[in-house]
This record gives sequence, C-alpha cells and structure tokens, in this order.
Amino acid sequence: MNKPLRRIAIFCGLLVLALLIRDNWIQYVQADELRTDKNNRRVIIERYASPRGDIIVDGKPITGSKETSGSDFKWKRTYKDGAMWAPVTGYASQAFGATQLENLEDGILTGNDDRLFFRNTLDMLTGKKQEGGNVVTTLNGAAQKAAYDGLKRQGGKGAVAAIEPSTGKILALASYPSYDPSSFAGNSTTTDTKAWQKLLKKNNPDDPTLNRALRETYPPGSTFKVLTAAAALEDGLYTDADQNTKTPLPWTMPGTTTPLKNEGNIPCKNATLRAALQYSCNTVFGKIGSDLGNEKMLAMAKKFGFTEEHFTPVRANASVFGDDMNPSETALSSIGQFNTAATPLQMAMVASAVANDGTLMKPYMVDELQARSVDTIEKTEPEELSKPMSSDNAQILQSMMETVVQKGTGTNAQIPGVTVGGKTGTAQHGVDNKENPYAWFISYAKGEDGSSPVAVAVVIEDDKAVRDDISGGGLAAPIARNVMEAVIKSKK
Amino acid sequence: MSSTTNSPTHHTSTIGAIGAPSRRNTELALLVFAVVIPVFAYANVGLAINDSVPPGLLSYGLGLGLLAGVGHLVVRKFAPYADPLMLPIATLLNGLGLVVIWRLDQSKRLSNYAEAAPRQLLYSALGVALLAAVLIFLKDHRVLQRYTYISMAGALFLLILPLVPGLGANIYGAKIWIKIPGLGTLQPGEFAKIVLAVFFAGYLMVKRDALALASRRFMGLYLPRGRDLGPILVVWVISILILVFETDLGTSLLFFGMFVIMLYVATERTSWIVFGLLMSAVGAVSVASFEPHIQTRVQAWLDPAREFKLSRSGIQDGVVHSEQAMQALWAFGSGGTLGTGLGQGNSDLIGFAANSDFILATFGEELGLAGVMAILLLYGLIVERGVRTALAARDPFGKLLAVGLSGAFGLQVFVVAGGVMGLIPLTGMTLPFVAYGGSSVIANWALIGILLRISDTARRPAPAPAGNPDAEMTQVVRPS
Repeated sequence: MNKPLRRIAIFCGLLVLALLIRDNWIQYVQADELRTDKNNRRVIIERYASPRGDIIVDGKPITGSKETSGSDFKWKRTYKDGAMWAPVTGYASQAFGATQLENLEDGILTGNDDRLFFRNTLDMLTGKKQEGGNVVTTLNGAAQKAAYDGLKRQGGKGAVAAIEPSTGKILALASYPSYDPSSFAGNSTTTDTKAWQKLLKKNNPDDPTLNRALRETYPPGSTFKVLTAAAALEDGLYTDADQNTKTPLPWTMPGTTTPLKNEGNIPCKNATLRAALQYSCNTVFGKIGSDLGNEKMLAMAKKFGFTEEHFTPVRANASVFGDDMNPSETALSSIGQFNTAATPLQMAMVASAVANDGTLMKPYMVDELQARSVDTIEKTEPEELSKPMSSDNAQILQSMMETVVQKGTGTNAQIPGVTVGGKTGTAQHGVDNKENPYAWFISYAKGEDGSSPVAVAVVIEDDKAVRDDISGGGLAAPIARNVMEAVIKSKK
Repeated sequence: MSSTTNSPTHHTSTIGAIGAPSRRNTELALLVFAVVIPVFAYANVGLAINDSVPPGLLSYGLGLGLLAGVGHLVVRKFAPYADPLMLPIATLLNGLGLVVIWRLDQSKRLSNYAEAAPRQLLYSALGVALLAAVLIFLKDHRVLQRYTYISMAGALFLLILPLVPGLGANIYGAKIWIKIPGLGTLQPGEFAKIVLAVFFAGYLMVKRDALALASRRFMGLYLPRGRDLGPILVVWVISILILVFETDLGTSLLFFGMFVIMLYVATERTSWIVFGLLMSAVGAVSVASFEPHIQTRVQAWLDPAREFKLSRSGIQDGVVHSEQAMQALWAFGSGGTLGTGLGQGNSDLIGFAANSDFILATFGEELGLAGVMAILLLYGLIVERGVRTALAARDPFGKLLAVGLSGAFGLQVFVVAGGVMGLIPLTGMTLPFVAYGGSSVIANWALIGILLRISDTARRPAPAPAGNPDAEMTQVVRPS
C-alpha cells in the first residue's frame, strides 16, 4: 500500500503548491491592480484616512480637512470660498468621487505618491502618521476674487480666465454660477446627496458644476479678429497698422451675393487695420480671412493653441476652427462666427501671446508640489508652447489693441497710469441668433518696462446684453479691468 | 521498522525497536511557540485597533496555554509515541484563528459578530476535550474496525439530518446546518467526514483484494468488474444527492474525493482515479446545469467583477448575486506582500461569513502573502504528517483511515482556500481550526486525535512479532 500512499503525499503536496501559486498570483502579480481598483472601497477609505494635503493660493490654503465620525471615512474635505475656487480645486467627495486638482494630484494630497515613498518610510520608522503633501497653485487670490465677484454681480452665466503672459501661469479661473464643493464633501444621504442632486444638470439647467473657463467653448465673435489681424501681419498681407486695407463697403462674400454686414454705420471703407480693429469692422477682417484662405487661417489658429486640449494639468477642451471651408465660410469664421468656438482660457492665451511679444507660453496652474514639511517635490517650469508671430508684428498688434481701449469699443477697460490693450466681442448664437448673445472681452495690461503682468479673457451670457459690439465693452470689459487691476496691485 | 527475520535476541541488528524517541519534549517546545505567537498576535490586534494591550490578553493566553497543556499531558500519558508536530500546528492554527475572529469582532461594520471569539474559545475547549477523550478511550484504533457498518449508518444519518423538516436550516443557499434549540446551529457534515472515513477504511480493508485483482485489462487500464463497481456507485450517488438536496458542492466533492483516494490506496489501481474523476466531472456538470445556486457560484468565479456590479445594481433575475468573491480578491490584493498588519485592514467589507468561510481573506489582507503562505504550509505539514502516519502504520485499516482523514483534511483546505482565492468556484466550507464554527473546530480536533492515536501505535517500539495479524508485515518477508 505504500506506493499509492507516496503518490497521495505528492498529490496533497501539489494541492498546497497550487494554492501557493494562486496566492502569489493574487497577492503579488495582481496585487496593485486589485488594490487600486476603482470599485475597491479601500481606495476612498485611504483617500480620507488622514487629513488631506491642502491646495495653496498666495501661500494660504483654500482647502481644509475636518474630522468626522459615523462612517469608515475619517476625514472630510472643507473649502474656503468653495464656490469661488471650485473651477480650480474641483471637489473631493466621500460619496461622489474627486475631480480636477483634487483628483489629478490625489497621490500628493493623500501622501501615497511614489515620490513621497522615502519620506513615508521615514515617518513609519519614526512612528509618525503619514501626511499628505500640498499643491501650490499659480493663482492670484485678489484677481480670482475680482473675477468671481464681477461675474456674480453680473448675475448671468459667465467665465473668466487670466494668465501671466511671460510664464503662462494661470492667475484667475472663475466660472459662474458655481457650487460649493463643501456642501457634498461627506457621504450623508440626507445632506450631501441632496446637495449633490440639486447641482446635477438634469435638476439644474444652469449646470453649476460645469467649469466654463476650461470646459465650455463659445463663439468668440469679434475678439477673434485679433488672431485674424495677426495672421494678416504674419503673412505679409499688410505690413503696418496704418496701411489702407483697400476694403470696399459693402463687401460681398466670395461665391455668394450676400454682403457681410457691419454692426451699425461705422467707417470701414478702406479702413486701416488699426481703425478696423478700433471699430470692429466685419468687412475688413472677413476679407482678410477669405484672402488668406482656410489653410493659413487654420494654421495660425493652431499656433495660438486652437484644435487641441490643454492640460493645466486640469484638462481644457479643444477650441475649434473649421477646416475644409469655402471662402465665405472662412470669412465668417475669421470674425469669430460660423464654426469657430473657443474656451475662455484659449482667448486669454491669444491675448497673452500678443502681450508677450508673440511668444505663447504653456498655461499651467500648479506651481509646485510640496511634502507636508514644505519641501519641494516638483516645480513646474514655464514652457514655450509656440511662437505664433514675430515680436515686431506683436508690437504692431499691441498698438492696435491699445487704440481699441483708448478710443475704440473697449474704453471701459482703461486703468489710469497703465497701458491696456484689448478687444471686445459679441457673438450671436442659436437658431436665427435668437438666444442671448455672448459678450466677450480680451485684454492685457502692460507695465512701464513694456512687459505684461496679466492677460485676461471674460465671457458673459446675459439677456441684458445688447446685440451690438458695445455690450462686450459694457459687460465684460469692467470685469477684465478689475482683474487686471487686482493683479497689478498685488505685484506692488 | 525492524524486519521480522531478525531474531529479537540479536540486539545489534535491530534498528527501530530500541529507544525510538518519543519526541514529547520536542512537542512541548513547539507548543510554547504555538501559544506565544498567537498571544503576541492578540496584543498586536489590540494595539492596532484601540492603542492599548487588550484587557483579555491574560485570560486568552492562559486559556490557549491551558488547552495546549491539557492536550500535551494527555498525549504524553496516553499516546507517548504520537507524532510531535500535529498538536503544536493545530494549536497554532486554532490560536491564530481565535485572534482573527476576535479582530473581526471589533469591526464596526460587522456588529452582529460581537461575541464570536469567546464562543470559539469554548468550542476549542470542547474540541480539545474530545481529542483527550479519543486518546483516553480509544486505546487502539483497530477497535473502530468493528463498527464499520454502524459507521455507515451513522454517517448517512448525519448527512440526512439537515434535510429533516423543522431541523434543517437553509443559510444563504446551502442546507448543511441543523438548528438545535438553545445551542445554535450544527454542521453534521463535519462529523460525518470522520465517521465516513472509518466506514470506508473498514469496508475497503475487507474488499480491497476483490476490487484490486478481479479486473479486466482494457486500453492499459484495469477495469473493475461490474459488481465491484457497486460501492463506488453508491458513494457517488450519495455525493450527488448531497449536491442536489443540500446544494453543497464542497461537502460533496470532499466525500467523493476522500473515497477515491482511499480506494486508490487500497487497490493500487490507477483506473479508480480515472473513474473517480470522470464520475465527479459528470456529476458536477450535470447538477450544475439545472441548479441556479451552483451556476451563480461558477459565474462569480469566472468573472467576480461582473458579479460585483450585478450585486450592486440590485438586479432581480431570480438568483442571488454576491459581491463577496470580488471583495475577497480585493482583500488579498490590498494586503500585498507583507499585509497591512493585524487589525489594520478592511477585510470586514466582505460582510457575511467574513470570520468563517472567508477568514483566509483577513489573513491575506492583514498578514499578506507571507502570512498566507505560512498558514498554507502549516496545513500542508499537517496533511503530510498524516500521510506519513499512514506510511508508518503497521495495519491496513490504520493506513487507510490515516490517509483518508488526512486526504479529506487536505481536500477541505484546498476547496475552501482555493474558493476564497478564486482558484476554483467558491463553496461554503470552513477552514479547519481557523474559521469560526463549533462543529468544524470540534470535529477537526477529534480528527487530529485519531491521527495521533494511529501514529502512536505506528511509532510504538517493539510490537510483539508473534501473532501479528498484520498483512503488510508478512509481505515484507522476502528471501534476500
């Protein structure tokens, strides 16, 4: 009987071996995959197991953590001025997940990031609890407040994006209406779930959780003429701001019998580029677009950052400029209508490239990642995205935009003692243009040394907006001015 | 073992007969570790959860020490040559099981388990008492041979009990429990395992020649005669009936597997294994084709993530979807190589049966790959010591009983651990000694008791050569 007994011994050994192999498979080979599975509740338990690191603006945290009881989540996120900062922070909710910086920098904020491994090991040995690191943003608190308060006073939907042209640092990123991420940070089915339900688009047509500064594209209207002017200068179609553009009035779009209309009776016949921008002549810029053609206009739009998503690291939607268009469609697109659509961030990038003498910097909002002990783990260095125009042409364009603010449609953006360049815009949309138009303003401020501390784009959707170019100057320009002023003051 | 051809007076040539060490002191030393390790683990859980050494530490340590001490003294007195490893390993597993059950008692998610650990300690005491009783009253395991057919009746009785109306209890789809008013539930299958092994051993010892020799050769295999197929068919039918009426794949597989192992050892015919595998495959597949409970288990095994989603979606399609298979895998994965440390994991997310059928997942999460491998190797050691006992046993009944019991023990570990780790479909079974459950822990202590008795008999020095009825011994006599 001993021979089969030995075989049974081997068989039992094989059973144990199979278990050991399986154990190695799930606890070693597949361990990371299982541990980080999004349905594995441990992921969120860990996210809230210790106080999260903070998101920092101007050296002060705009977030906090509160100890809670009654569930397996120990800490809850809190926000200071949550509604104002929501387009930057996103939210971290025990019940509804995390978005934007709270999601993208989760590793640093919870302290689980691999770059904190050494410190965590040290903490473990010295018996300290693991702590999350901080995310230091590039934002400017005063500018953000000016932007948000301006939108709030206006009351309609809208967004503001402000950039430091020389670096690409995002200074303000506001969206209205907004939401307070504190209101659903916990996991109570009575309070948090109700607050969350109220914010959902199906229950709230205003869609307050939409980050309009990055995720909504609007037809940019006349503000797009800045880009068209840049294309004309770069192409050599015109070489000077004060050169006669030889544009007839009325001007009929090629291939059609429809004349392109101007808003009101403005002096656009044979206008100079400067005057065309000052009065916002559709005829002049429509003709430039159709003269340059779809390809050249699209190439220039791409150089300014259109047609691709930008990661700040929070994703900004791609802005649109059509391709495969006929000359009349290109003409309409070149004055910011037809298919053209841009995020507020994109239009701020256009203004910032002009202000930075033709160099477009990559926009970013995370300056530094820090360990809790304020050691820098990673610092973002400014990075050139593209050079859409020569600095000579950029300066020509600057002088044109400054004329707009001095005596054109953008006088509301004037700041005493500061050179400001800008461009208004009013974009019609909807079937037969029945919906409320969008009032736009893009601008930059320039210091005495010629460098620019801030470029800003403001868009407002409001039924009070009148259907002419003045509304961009009337509604959006004052907000842009306040944001620019706030940045200049905080620099002093 | 000395050969009977040697004259008993010729001292120099006898090897095994003189002074075979009893190994009792080895056992005692190992038992110290088997008590100290769980005590440290217990303190560890308290420190991790409440930041303090648990107040029950002393009584727990004393309790476990007392169990080990009583077990050891009984073995020393009544089975002095017994295997020195089984008692310490069983004590260690039992102790660690108690720690983890107590740890899950502390879980806020599982408030209904509040008092499981003290009860389990009581069950363990009963188990050790049964072990002592076996060693004291069962002087020779061959006595059990007399009860071959009574055992068969007893085993059938135990297996049918859960189906008796009013007595049986259907808990989460498996009908393997009976309710005893005032005492809780009992799992007769755990005891039936031992009784059935006694029956198989007794039966096969008598019939093995007929089963082994009267056969026809076909395609390289020895096919048994039709009438000799009877017993295996009966056992097979019983297993299928368990599967159908008690919807318990695990127990069914366990009994059938145990029988095939013993049949193979008794007859040395590989054909029985081929038959056994074919029959269990046919049985399992055909039952699974109409039993929704088993179908869901198989689906949960093939795609636990899908099963988790179905369970969360609250879908009503006539079967119970369970997220437990996925939760167990997450527990293992989250434990990683070294685990989170006792008391610091979230294996209680598994919910129902986290401290019984799924208890290995808690070991996985909190002690990691290292801890689970150690536990599995401990089980492997018990099984191999059991088979070693079978090899050393001098009588065929003892051999068959020892290999049957240790084979069943090994199969049970494989079925439950493999199920929890997703190697095979999950079946409701308890991990011996570790999982919460009175029937399981008591029955397994009795099983260890019988193995200790057989090994004591096997290692006992100088059996009287005259009048030895042992068939195996006579075979050894060969002209050299």
